[in-house]
Amino acid sequence: MALARIEDEKPVPREARRRQSVRLEHEIIADMVSPGARVLDVGCGDGALLELLAARKGVRGRGLELSQQGVNSCVAKGLAVVQGDADSDLAHYPADAFDYVILSDTIQQVRFPRKVLQELARISTRAIVSFPNFGHWTVRWQLLTQGRMPDTDVLPTRWCETENLHFCTVRDFAELARELGLVVERATPIAGGRAGAPFAETLWRANWFAEEAIFLLSRDKA
Amino acid sequence: MIPALAPNLRTAFDRLRTITFGADQPLLLSSGQRLSPLTIAYETYGELNADRSNAVLVCHALTGDQFLAAPNPLTGRPAWWPRIVGPGKPIDTNRFFVICSNVLGGCMGTTGPASAAPDGQPYGLRFPGVTVADMVRAQAMLIEALGIDTLFCVIGGSLGGMQALQWAAAYPKRVFACAPIATAARHSAQNIAFYEVGRQAIMADPDWRAGDYLQAGVRPSKGLAVARMAAHITYLSEQALRRKFDRALQDRTAVSFGFDADFQVESYLRHQGTSFVDRFDANSYLYITRAIDYFDLAADFGGGLAQAFKDAATRFCVFGFSSDWHYPAAGNKEIARALIAAGAEASYVEIDTDKGHDAFLVEEPHFESALTGFIDAAAAARGLSLAAGG
Repeated sequence: MALARIEDEKPVPREARRRQSVRLEHEIIADMVSPGARVLDVGCGDGALLELLAARKGVRGRGLELSQQGVNSCVAKGLAVVQGDADSDLAHYPADAFDYVILSDTIQQVRFPRKVLQELARISTRAIVSFPNFGHWTVRWQLLTQGRMPDTDVLPTRWCETENLHFCTVRDFAELARELGLVVERATPIAGGRAGAPFAETLWRANWFAEEAIFLLSRDKA
Repeated sequence: MIPALAPNLRTAFDRLRTITFGADQPLLLSSGQRLSPLTIAYETYGELNADRSNAVLVCHALTGDQFLAAPNPLTGRPAWWPRIVGPGKPIDTNRFFVICSNVLGGCMGTTGPASAAPDGQPYGLRFPGVTVADMVRAQAMLIEALGIDTLFCVIGGSLGGMQALQWAAAYPKRVFACAPIATAARHSAQNIAFYEVGRQAIMADPDWRAGDYLQAGVRPSKGLAVARMAAHITYLSEQALRRKFDRALQDRTAVSFGFDADFQVESYLRHQGTSFVDRFDANSYLYITRAIDYFDLAADFGGGLAQAFKDAATRFCVFGFSSDWHYPAAGNKEIARALIAAGAEASYVEIDTDKGHDAFLVEEPHFESALTGFIDAAAAARGLSLAAGG
């Protein structure tokens, strides 16, 4: 009986876990944004985050999205979204146009992450950037023991089929932000489908134990 | 009024729905001249609701007319935008009151060079030069006369898109939503060049008679047909021409070593040219292409396009088509960027298609679904219900 019951409990499929983690990420981002803010969501997909931000925080949202499908569903939701990509379009936004610009799970897919981050800091007072952490211990373990590119929940696609171009670790990203004169106001690690990660009080530890990380950056006031 | 149409159409001309503004309401033109009297021919579809908030103004393109959702009773040509406007269509006439007027300088009932001047003779080249801004001012007179203060939406493709942009820039408080499609904020040098070819073809036709052909009872049909053929090439794309015609021969198995229409594409273009001259006035073609040449919205607002939309509370959705080389997608995106720089609520949708500039007139499912989404979301924001008449 007991064994049968255990077999009945089907593991949550990877795709469902992914959806859960996207929802969690949106919740964390919504928590970082102040009410009524001007927000640009870069790579806004079908506009789910912008809708959440509008409903919960009353933001004035704008989107940038590459896919026709994504743009169409945003427009159908009444969202203001421009079809384009982060690498070539951000340069055309005026300085200080936004209070927050969000780059959710996208920075690893742009051609020039450094330039994109600079643009974010130019057009907005604050930037919220989330990305999969290549420094997570399972990634390191797979590389070390198998000598292969990782296959995890947050990095499920084979190296030759992934849209990701530039992987980074939490440490790498924090370093780039510092280099560009940005202040890390908050950094929320995500692991096991929860905000926060065991032993992740420091960036060094988060780099081992965060599967994903969400950074809230602001311009150095000095 | 002496319409410059084929003789069999002239008797039918008084069947058009028109409004005339008399000497007390002259239209002040960009050139500084005044035009009076001014007749505007227009069509409406659907019902205006009680609080007059469901009016949609559709602006037509260079060779279009006011018959966007029903056949033109004069020419017998089918509606030009039946996929977009009608019951249950993206611009649902069960829900919206749709207005479309023939542009100033046109030849489907609105005052233009073929209309009678105060001396009873056709204006011909005595007709004052007009601009897109003048076309929009004339439309604004019509809208006011219809008792409408704020338009729910102004929409149009090509020249119609220019008018839509002009509306939003000139009357930001009176346009709730705006959808410029396959258009440009300024006419490019390449396009001015193509239109100049067309104008020269018309003026080189001996039957043009320095613009006074109507009095002589002739029409510069050959010149106008060539003008139409040259322009029409720019409305298609290289891919679409290859897909539709490639090098296929017309009703023959070998080339003729002559100058008959050997190729299907030649035959197609000739048909485009000859079918056009029966329904369009050559002088109207000169005046309207000139108005398009002159269109440069940024220049009218101190050089910066964003400046034109500085106070816009309007919601915009700009549409570009990937294979459009008449008004390339990049130019449409520039409009959206200017709108964003102005802080406006703007979307930009780029439709991947091989159908070229005319894609907005033919079946293009992604375009139709995105437009439906924009209109519905704007209607919800405007508080217009889904029920008829809103």
